[in-house]
Order: sequence, then structure tokens, then C-alpha cells
Amino acid sequence: MTLSHFSAVLLFSLFASVVFGITQRAEPKKMVRFAALCFAWFVVGSVAASWVMWLIKP
Amino acid sequence: MSAAAGGKTGNGDVAASGASPLMVLLAGWLVPGAGHALLGKWVRAMLLMASIVGMFAIGIALQGKVYTPNTGEPLDMLGFAGDLGSGLLYFLARLLGWGQAPVLVAVADYGTKFVVVAGLLNIVAAVDAHSLASGRKQS
Repeated sequence: MTLSHFSAVLLFSLFASVVFGITQRAEPKKMVRFAALCFAWFVVGSVAASWVMWLIKP
Repeated sequence: MSAAAGGKTGNGDVAASGASPLMVLLAGWLVPGAGHALLGKWVRAMLLMASIVGMFAIGIALQGKVYTPNTGEPLDMLGFAGDLGSGLLYFLARLLGWGQAPVLVAVADYGTKFVVVAGLLNIVAAVDAHSLASGRKQS
């Protein structure tokens, strides 16, 4: 199996966000909102970090 | 151990299930989502199982490494602790020899991280199920 780096980020973010959403909130609506927020931060953070690495590369 | 012995029981579903918090914790660790399933929270159990087993399976499919105990390397020991969080999945992987090939490509290193994080997420899920069973988390 091969994955691109970005698709690996998306899968990692999806799975981790689902678990965080279920475990860190008590009501279903809040679980969904928190999971979506986590997913967005994972992806945005990863893209931002990759740009930072590109900018500081020797 | 009764549910009341593990703390106050503030959830009707939990009280009805009759499962003790320790049993829920152990079940949740051994089989991802089983702790929530014991408490009758089937949707959460299925989502947790799909996420954790999916992450573990993708890690193995990416040729990620499954850590073994007693290598003497501190980072390997931490990896082993993370992997062990997957419960029966870890023992199955060891039994079938999954994740024993050397990591040669970057994507395989991602696989190693997927396997470790699947174990850590399973611990989080099992502790959440324990909190529900003991009444520390209301619903």
C-alpha cells in the first residue's frame, strides 16, 4: 500500500479527530463539532508546518 | 467489583449494563470500542473501533514497524508502550509477524506512527469508557 504524504495526513487527522470528538465531549452535537474542529486544525497545522519547513530549508 | 465500587454511577445506561468500571477498561483496551459497547453505546463503539482498527491496519499496510519489548533503546520502549495500547491487535500483529520488516521508506515510517498512535488513541477510548462506567463522565 502506498499513500501520498497529504492523504496520510488526511487519514491520520480523520481517525484521531473521531476519537477525540467522542472522548472529549459528552453530547453528540458537541462531539461532531469538536471532531470537525480537530480535523480542521490537524490539516491546517500540517500544511502550515510544511510551509514553515519549506521556508527554513537550507 | 460493582459499578458503585468504582465511583458514583450517574448514567442510567451504565447502571443497567451491570459492567464494572475495571471490566469496561480492560475490554476497551483489549478490543477497541468494546468498553463503549459494554455500556450500550453502540454508535460510539463502532466509530471508535473503525477509527482505531483502521489506523492500525493502515499502519501495518504501510509496512510500519511493530515494536518489541526489551530492545534496550529508550525510544523503542516508548514505541512498545504505545503499540501495546492496541490490546489484542498488538498481540495479533506479533503472532502473525506483522511489522517486523526493516523500515526503508518514508511512508513506512508514517506507518510506524499510525500503529503507535492507534494504540495511544485506544488507551484514550478505554479510559473514556471507564469514566462513563464510574460516573465521572455523565454521558
